[in-house]
Amino acid sequence: MSRIKEFNLPDLGEGLTEGEILSWLVKVGDTIELNQPIVEVETAKAAVEIPAKWAGVVTRIFAEAGTTVEVGAPIVAIDTDPSAGALPEPSADSLAAVEVAPAEGAVEPGMIGGPAPGGRTAVLVGYGPKTTSAKRRPRMGTPAGSPTATTPAPSPTAPVSAPPAASAPPTAPVSAPPAVSAPPTASVSAPPAVSAPPTAGRALAKPPVRKLARDLGVDLGTLTGTGPLGSVTRDDVQRAAARTEAVVVAPPTAAPAAFDAAREQRIPVKGVRKLTAENMVASAFSAPHVTEFLTVDVTRTMKALERLKGRPEFRDLRISPLLLVAKAVLLAIKRHPMINSTWLGATNEIVVKDYVNLGIAAATERGLIVPNVKDAGRLTLRELAEALNALVQTAKSGRTPPSDMAAGTFSITNVGVFGVDTGTPILPPGESAILAFGAIRPTPWVHKDKIKVRQVTTLALSFDHRIVDGELGSKFLRDVGAFLADPEGALLAWT
Amino acid sequence: MANGESEVGADAPAGGFVQLLTPDGERVDSVTTDGGVTYSVDFTDDEYRELYRDLVTVRRLDAEATALQRQGELGIWASLLGQEAAQVGSGRALRPQDMAFPTYREHGVLYTRGIDPIMPFGLFRGVDQGGWDPNEFKFNTYTIVIGAQTLHATGYAMGVTMDGKTGNPDGEAVIAYFGDGATSQGDVNEAFVWSGVFNAPIVFFCQNNQYAISEPLERQTRIPLYRRADGYGFPGVRIDGNDVLASYAVTRAALDHARNGEGPTLIEAYTYRMGAHTSSDDPTRYRIASEVESWKAKDPISRLRTFLAKQQLADDTFFAEVDETARTVALDLRERVLAMPDPQPVTMFDNVYPEGSPELDAQRAAFARYQASFEGSAH
Repeated sequence: MSRIKEFNLPDLGEGLTEGEILSWLVKVGDTIELNQPIVEVETAKAAVEIPAKWAGVVTRIFAEAGTTVEVGAPIVAIDTDPSAGALPEPSADSLAAVEVAPAEGAVEPGMIGGPAPGGRTAVLVGYGPKTTSAKRRPRMGTPAGSPTATTPAPSPTAPVSAPPAASAPPTAPVSAPPAVSAPPTASVSAPPAVSAPPTAGRALAKPPVRKLARDLGVDLGTLTGTGPLGSVTRDDVQRAAARTEAVVVAPPTAAPAAFDAAREQRIPVKGVRKLTAENMVASAFSAPHVTEFLTVDVTRTMKALERLKGRPEFRDLRISPLLLVAKAVLLAIKRHPMINSTWLGATNEIVVKDYVNLGIAAATERGLIVPNVKDAGRLTLRELAEALNALVQTAKSGRTPPSDMAAGTFSITNVGVFGVDTGTPILPPGESAILAFGAIRPTPWVHKDKIKVRQVTTLALSFDHRIVDGELGSKFLRDVGAFLADPEGALLAWT
Repeated sequence: MANGESEVGADAPAGGFVQLLTPDGERVDSVTTDGGVTYSVDFTDDEYRELYRDLVTVRRLDAEATALQRQGELGIWASLLGQEAAQVGSGRALRPQDMAFPTYREHGVLYTRGIDPIMPFGLFRGVDQGGWDPNEFKFNTYTIVIGAQTLHATGYAMGVTMDGKTGNPDGEAVIAYFGDGATSQGDVNEAFVWSGVFNAPIVFFCQNNQYAISEPLERQTRIPLYRRADGYGFPGVRIDGNDVLASYAVTRAALDHARNGEGPTLIEAYTYRMGAHTSSDDPTRYRIASEVESWKAKDPISRLRTFLAKQQLADDTFFAEVDETARTVALDLRERVLAMPDPQPVTMFDNVYPEGSPELDAQRAAFARYQASFEGSAH
């Protein structure tokens, strides 16, 4: 057995597919003991330290801190017998071979029991690398075990896919005659964005994806897979097919070199960003949004806030205009309960809630999160202020538990803190309305028939038009505005 | 309940608990509860030392398992870190004829039953279903379903009575393990009702480790858990779950109570899970560090070590030898876990029916043929 052993990222928590390297506790050259903590990894479930599986010397770190690694990919190599002296040459070769998946072997790369990057043997996630003898069903019509069996025969299109340079000018293939008469495989190799890596073996793809590629006339060998172990996914094939179509239909006759990869930064989409994106897409394309705007004179709200700060009950508390906006929303919901509801398409029901879990959008280092104050309608103003402060504190420290983000019923996004006037917020999934609260600015305003400098802000209310009609949305927004224009008056009149 | 001396149990929750060894390693002679029961232990020097060895070994094996999970060699692991005393004390109190019903965390009880610690690893490594013969080991299979084993244990205990094996000092008793979260399950409450009504020879041993995964104790109960027993008509006792002596003394007495035909007892072992619920859990999301720190001061092993050293029952040579032996046992466990054979696919047809069935046999044969069609297949 080789003295250099590679440690692959295991499934740290029942069905995880990837983890982010937070920090290395060792470096190349360090001597380590069995079970010594060597690296901290964060998964979707927890941040954990991984203990060394073998004693020895760290010879290589494959994934630096900050990178996201798929379960099963090597993260560190350990020389388990450093006392035996310098490494023999073959080991160095085998390390170099890590970069490129070996194409030989009776089993296709990436298949269970087959070779995977790093000379490993691919197995089910989480259950350790095994060097079992490869086995697979005999393929009909191919000599079993032949090492060439998995190497594709050179196809007529091979020369096209051969140049590894990704920056091949797009004009060359495009200038070919309209590809109607061309064989479909020829046009596929045209798109410039397809950077064909120098694959020694056959492209990785699941059988249904292979069929899809065949049906759409896409040559898998020309695609860069985005799936696990670089496999080609259904989306990859469809994107390639779409590109092909676009190229055929509308050839960009004089495409300027408007793209310079060296000046682009690629940020992996993960964690909160990924979740935010999914929620936004889910909401934007399922709930028809309408947004209304109202500009309000909030001078009295600001004065009320000053008076509140002077009161003994609030002396030790930080309060901001957001508190009174929240109060305005809670009172307005009481007057218009339908705004606080959920559309249940599955059962054809609208669920109107008698409780308000008031969400506050918070910008954190990890991205946007919307924790909510549970049953906010029952809180006194002081309790509400404390709850909002606690919510923001927890969010800023990155410790918001999932329960705080679940079951929101109405949300406020305080874009004003960023100095902008307003926006058209997107509904958090499951909620029927969201209020954006813009910057408060001294503004010339008609006050008691005279132009005065007043504190003015703009409110924007987005609502789910399946539930909330323009009339209800307008009345609700008007009430929020009325409260902010005269909070004490509204309190006396409404409660 | 009241403790004999005022400085003892200073770390006890409101209502007190039975403590025979303080966190500072001070021995308490005996404790008499409000119910008038006096608890004490009378160990020889060797027995004290062996209890210490149990605690250290159990913790070391648990640490090895946690490491193996992080190294991808186990699918999941439920660590007992912090609960060694509750498990070793109650486990050592069992007599050979007594039957234990564990959850999935009772590795310490399993160890004290004299069972090879590798037994549950097939389950956690995913190479078998975690089955073994409960009668052979007098230790039921690990139960994942929360609280379900309390009903199994109650039924078993009622059977013990029907077999006429209770009512004498050498009778049989049953112990059912569960956690604080399980006390909210219907199963556990049903088990309380049935064993109370039928006077079953059972000890309900609740390790209250303060969290049902992430839910704190105040989400389970408004009164101390041991007082739940009042409502079901049998005695309830709370012990310092980090005190191996209290765990032993109270469990021993409760088991004898049961084997003499005097019915069930609920023991609440007040303890703390120092690690995660399982390897899939991140406790820093719901617990504060200062709370964990405060429990570190109540560590079950360090208090016994302090006691042994103060009483000159053991010296550094002994402690070093115990650590080294535990390390050897753990490394042996590691090697054997890594060597566990993967199950053959065709074994999925085993243990479906005791006698097999024609249809199943046909399926097995067809599947074996399919398997044999793979290149290099051994079968």
